[in-house]
Amino acid sequence: MIAGIFHYEFLQNAFLTGIMIGILAPLLGVFIVVRRLSLIADALSHVTLAGIAASLLIERKFTMMAGLNPLYLGMVFSVGGSLFIEKLRGVYKHYQELAIPIIMSGGIGLGVIFISLANGFNTDLFSYLFGSVSAVSRTDLLVIFIISILVILVIILLYKELFLLSFDEEHAKASGIAAKSIHFIFIVMVALVIAASMRIVGILLVSSLMTLPVAASMRIARGFKQTIFLSVLFGEVSVLGGLFTAYYLDLAPGGTIVMIAVLILVISIFYKKLILKKEVQQGERA
Amino acid sequence: MQSIIEIKKLFYRYEKDAVLEDINLTIPDGSFLAIVGPNGSGKSTLLKLILGLLKPQKGDIFLFGQEINKFRDWQKVGYVSQKANSFNTGFPATVFEVVASGLTKKLGMFTFFKKEHAQKVFEALEAVDMKMFSNRNIGELSGGQQQRVFIARALVSEPNLLILDEPTVGVDAENVNSFYRMLGDLNKSRGITLLLVTHDIGTISDKVSHVACLNKHLHFHGETEEFEQLRMEGMSEVYGHDVHMLAHHHEHGGVVK
Repeated sequence: MIAGIFHYEFLQNAFLTGIMIGILAPLLGVFIVVRRLSLIADALSHVTLAGIAASLLIERKFTMMAGLNPLYLGMVFSVGGSLFIEKLRGVYKHYQELAIPIIMSGGIGLGVIFISLANGFNTDLFSYLFGSVSAVSRTDLLVIFIISILVILVIILLYKELFLLSFDEEHAKASGIAAKSIHFIFIVMVALVIAASMRIVGILLVSSLMTLPVAASMRIARGFKQTIFLSVLFGEVSVLGGLFTAYYLDLAPGGTIVMIAVLILVISIFYKKLILKKEVQQGERA
Repeated sequence: MQSIIEIKKLFYRYEKDAVLEDINLTIPDGSFLAIVGPNGSGKSTLLKLILGLLKPQKGDIFLFGQEINKFRDWQKVGYVSQKANSFNTGFPATVFEVVASGLTKKLGMFTFFKKEHAQKVFEALEAVDMKMFSNRNIGELSGGQQQRVFIARALVSEPNLLILDEPTVGVDAENVNSFYRMLGDLNKSRGITLLLVTHDIGTISDKVSHVACLNKHLHFHGETEEFEQLRMEGMSEVYGHDVHMLAHHHEHGGVVK
C-alpha cells in the first residue's frame, strides 16, 4: 500500500483525509467527552445522514444537479442540527439530554424517507454509512483541508476559554466569559468535523472516533494538554492502521478503525491497572 | 475608607416567594465578613446578585463604587463556588492547569499564556500552600486540597475582593482551622477583602472580623466581638437591640443555629 499511495490518487486522498480526521475528531472529542456531551456527536451524525440522503435524492430527481457533492448538504444539515440541539437544550432546561434523542430520531426518520424516495439503498449509501477507502475525491480532500485549518485555528485561539468552559461552566460565566458565543462556535465546529469525517469512518461510527481515543487517553494522561496529545495520537494510529487493514483485507474502514480504537482502549485500561498495582507494591515496600 | 461593596434597599423574589427584602449592607475595604444564615435564607441569591449572575429587581448594588450594571472590572472580583456543584472530579487537568484557567478573563481573548503567567500561577499556589502539588491531577487531591486549589485559581488574577460560597463544605474537620488561618493570612498580608457565606456559625466567629446574619432580611451586621456578646446573651437578643441593627422586622427571629 505504501507504494500504492504514490500510484493511486484515491489512496492519496484517503490517507491525507485520514491524517486530518485523525487529528480533528479526537481534538474536539476531548472537549465533548469532558463536558459529557458524547451523545451529541451521535445525534449530529444521524442528522448528517439526512443531509446525505437529501443530496442523493436531489441528484436522482434533478439531472442538472448531478455531481452535487453530498458533503455540502451533509454539512448544512449537521450545522442546522447543532443549532436545533442548542435550541432544544434551552427549552428542556432540566432535561438537556432529551435534545439528543429528539434530534437523532428526527435525523434518521428524515434520512430514511429521503433514501426511500431516491430508491437509494445501494453501495453508494453503504460507503457513507461505514466509510470507504476509495470514495474520497479531490474536492472532498480540499473541503476537509479547509475545515481542518479552521478548526485548529479556533481551538488554538479559544483554548483558554474552551478549557474554562469545560472545566467549570458556572465559574466561566461568573468571570464574564462570553460562554454562549463560545459554546455556539464550538458546536458548529463539531458539526463540521462530523460531516468531514463521515467519508472515512462512516456516519454510524463518526462519534466513536471522537470518544474512544479520548476514553483511552483519559485513563493514563496527566493533565489536559497531555490528554489532548494522547487522544490525537491514538486517533491517528486508529485511522491509519484502520485504513491499511481495510485496504488489504477489503473491508469497510469504519469497522477496522473503530476496532483498533477499541483495542487501544482495552490496552490503556490494563496499562493503568498495572501501574496502580506497581504503585501499591512500591507503597508497601516503602 | 472606600467601600468595596455597597448594597442599598435590595429586593429579590423568585416568582411569588420573596428571597431578599430590604437589604442594606456596606463592606469596607480590607474587611473579612461572614454572611451567616440557615438554608434558604437567601445567601446564595445574594452572592449571585453581587456577582452579577442575577439582576436586582429593586434596589442598587455598587461594586468598587460603580453601579453593578456598568461594572466591568470583574477581574477585581475572585469567586470560589461551592465545589460540589460545579466540579467534575474526574476532569483530566493538573492543578497547574486549573489555577492557570483563573487568568482567562484577565488575559482576554486571543492571547496566549506566557512564562510570567506561569510565575503568577506558582505564586498563587504558594499562597495556599499547594505548590508541591502543581503537577498532580486535580481529581487525586482531597476535598480540602481541592478547595485550596480553587482559591489559588481565584487569587491568580490578583483580585481585591474574594467571595467564597460555603468554602469548608468537603474540608475535613481537622483541616478547617488551618484553612481559616490561611484565609486570615490572605486578608491581613495581602489586604484582600474577603466575603464568605456559610450556614455554620460555630466555627466561624473567632476567625472573621465582621458578621452579618441573613434570613430574608439582614438582622445583624457588625464586628465579631459584638456578635459573640449578643450570641452569649441568647440569639433572640440579637434582634432585640438597637445597636448596629439593620433590620426592623422582629418576627423573623431564630436566624442562627
